[in-house]
Amino acid sequence: MRGLLALAAVVLLAPLALANNYHYEIAILVGLNAIVCVGLNLLIGYAGQVSLGHAGFFGIGAYGSAILAARYGWPPLASLAAATAAAALLAWVVGRPILRLRGHYLAMATLGLGIIISIVITTEDRYTGGPDGMSVPPLALAGFALSGERAWYWLVGALLVATVWLSLNLIDSPVGRALRALHGSEVAAEVAGIDSARHKLLAFVLSAAIAGLAGALTAHYAGFITPGKATFLHSIELVVMVVFGGMASTFGAVVGAAVLTALPQLLTVFKEYEMVVFGGVMMLTMIFMPTGLVPTLAMLARRRR
Amino acid sequence: MSLLRAEGLAKEFGGVRAVEGLDFEIREGQVFSVIGPNGAGKTTLLNLLTGIYRPSAGRLWLAGRALAARAPHQFAAAGIGRTFQNLQIFFNMSALENVMAGRHLHERCGLLAALARTPRLARAERDCRRLARELLEFVGLAAYADAPADSLPYGALKRLEIARALAAEPRLLLLDEPAAGLNPSEIRGIDGLIQGLAKRGITVVLVEHNMKLVMGVSDHVLVLDYGRKLAEGAPEAVRGDPRVIEAYLGGAEH
Amino acid sequence: MSGELAQFLLSGLTVGSIYALVALGFAIIYNASHVINFAQGEFVMIGGMATVSLLGAGLPLALAAALAVALAALIGLALARFAVQPARGASVVTLIIITIGAAILLRGLAALVWDKRIHALPAFSGDAPIAVAGATLAPQSLWVIGVTALIVCALWAFFNRTLNGKAILAVSHNRLAAQLMGISVRRVLLVSFALSAALGALAGILVAPITFTSWDVGVMLGLKGFAAAILGGMGSGPGAVLGGLVLGLLESLGAGYLSSAYKDAIAFIVMLAVLMLMPGGLLGARAAERV
Repeated sequence: MRGLLALAAVVLLAPLALANNYHYEIAILVGLNAIVCVGLNLLIGYAGQVSLGHAGFFGIGAYGSAILAARYGWPPLASLAAATAAAALLAWVVGRPILRLRGHYLAMATLGLGIIISIVITTEDRYTGGPDGMSVPPLALAGFALSGERAWYWLVGALLVATVWLSLNLIDSPVGRALRALHGSEVAAEVAGIDSARHKLLAFVLSAAIAGLAGALTAHYAGFITPGKATFLHSIELVVMVVFGGMASTFGAVVGAAVLTALPQLLTVFKEYEMVVFGGVMMLTMIFMPTGLVPTLAMLARRRR
Repeated sequence: MSLLRAEGLAKEFGGVRAVEGLDFEIREGQVFSVIGPNGAGKTTLLNLLTGIYRPSAGRLWLAGRALAARAPHQFAAAGIGRTFQNLQIFFNMSALENVMAGRHLHERCGLLAALARTPRLARAERDCRRLARELLEFVGLAAYADAPADSLPYGALKRLEIARALAAEPRLLLLDEPAAGLNPSEIRGIDGLIQGLAKRGITVVLVEHNMKLVMGVSDHVLVLDYGRKLAEGAPEAVRGDPRVIEAYLGGAEH
Repeated sequence: MSGELAQFLLSGLTVGSIYALVALGFAIIYNASHVINFAQGEFVMIGGMATVSLLGAGLPLALAAALAVALAALIGLALARFAVQPARGASVVTLIIITIGAAILLRGLAALVWDKRIHALPAFSGDAPIAVAGATLAPQSLWVIGVTALIVCALWAFFNRTLNGKAILAVSHNRLAAQLMGISVRRVLLVSFALSAALGALAGILVAPITFTSWDVGVMLGLKGFAAAILGGMGSGPGAVLGGLVLGLLESLGAGYLSSAYKDAIAFIVMLAVLMLMPGGLLGARAAERV
């Protein structure tokens, strides 16, 4: 609970440090990525199931909502809900056969799924605008469009705090224990009466739905969406945020998303070196800090005491 | 009354018969031990009784009804719990959480309730926590309750497995070599623990190499050799059986 | 046989040979260390790009190609020594991220050291097409198929006739037993990475005259080689070759008769189907890690 209050305080006080719209924009992107990562962490960090394809679900949320709103005239809130549901439904359908696989094989299957989704998005240009992307109408409720960096900041901030709260609740519930148990020992979890297939699927669907929702929000916020957000590379970025911050740590996921979203934006001077730095950070973190930033710092703090 | 009955139980692995044509009956409230040399099929039998393996042939009855369970978690729901010879602890949790996870079957809650942490769930969690603490106390691990499982010594982990299995309130508890790797004083503790289980009215299946422990706590002993039943009966009768002595007791064990 | 079909088969075999070489790289490393090296595709890129740049510096093709292969092998060694070895025993996610990080790092370096333009390598022996069964075959395709066949034979000999090769096989079967026999698992890891990198680079050089090369060709080629390795059965050498050829043919026929827009998706649809329906692949010895 202390952590949640601290996060709420950060969200409330951050505007004091945000000087202009560009800063707000970074903060909003950090929040949206953090929401995805908190969900993905339930799957990777807690349930121990790797996914290298979650940008696919992000893309389905983004393009689903964009297409329904822009091409079929749906009210954005309805398209947002429908696109989130579509991401969850796809995860539910493919999750069953895919989640029977483990380790590397699961990683490959989710990778394949993500790439197929991104190819479909790039190819079906009648709907998606192809590689050039498409514009997306703003989010609106009862005729009032949500516009301006500040309004979006408060919406995303509130959603992030809510997501973290729900995630913390889940982890400390029978469902969350079941997820952690099947990560610890699948056979022991089964023998304790935990339906491991059902719980893996649940974590997969939940994380896909959250990725879909964040994708849809990102599309409506940015007003424009390109297939880049649905690619393999974005899937990897999401996983790296989770692992960099710390697996099986909800706040780790938030910190990972914050650092790895904000840093490249603030270091645009080094644009040419971005990939070299990103790849290097990935390797160094995993070699020297395999549990991730937040758990490592927590451990050091405990040792100091 | 018969709690578990097996008829013609068999398991083959690519032509190798690990368990073959096994008939036996476990009576309610018994401590039922399974002994035999290494490779006799003891752990295979436990895996068959918990759904980790599917039998190649044969049938199981639980309390007079054919056991329809297929996946291991369905065997658990039918009331069969177990511990593992090679520890299967949830090392990513605290000792207390391990036991709480063991109560999964009694703690059904929906996803929405879990996300919102409803007052009803919060109450159920408090009860679950209290019960888990009691179980840790029962197995003698109260001091470790909040410690991460991976910080517990080996002997404590063996007890933790028993506490976790008990949390599910099984009708039948299978213990796979609970004394293996323990020192004599720890083994005495396990002995007392098994007798405590019997007093609680829990039916126990004990797979164990330590003959002193087996002969002391068992009501009934089943001897396996090469996957087949070699003998069964009361501990004294089995101990005196010449075939058993030849196949097993006459060897390195005593 | 119609000329059209023959054309699809020939181009399928050509690109399939490339996939086979990349898949072999995956298989060798997976066997030696149970690591899936997501940087495998970058060796393909390094092979092509380094040859282009050395050729531009005035070196003859054969020397440029040999140096490019050596460079890739060195980078493979460094990757094994400084990134994979320190993380031995880490979780699957950790190892995946390390090799993906290496891939991104190498791609970034390629863009810095060379450039972000697309380059072509001249065909090794001219562009005059050869007529085969009503189809035309570029001489470069013969190079690709021929060199791949040679390499497969050489690898077979390496794994069955040389001590180094046998050591890798021994480690893949039983690490502990191999260690007890005095085989250095460390050395096997290094050798397997260097060998895989060299194979990838060679594939990149062979294919560069046909499909061109650039700093980012490694992503797709790597992932498709990976799909081929799965199709053949992860860890199986013959499976990797078969998987690569079958995938190349499926892709070429699928693009020709079904949909060219979805050409790139075919590999991944095949991979997903294999994983779901027969995780052992065509020739996989072991079943996949399932419950």
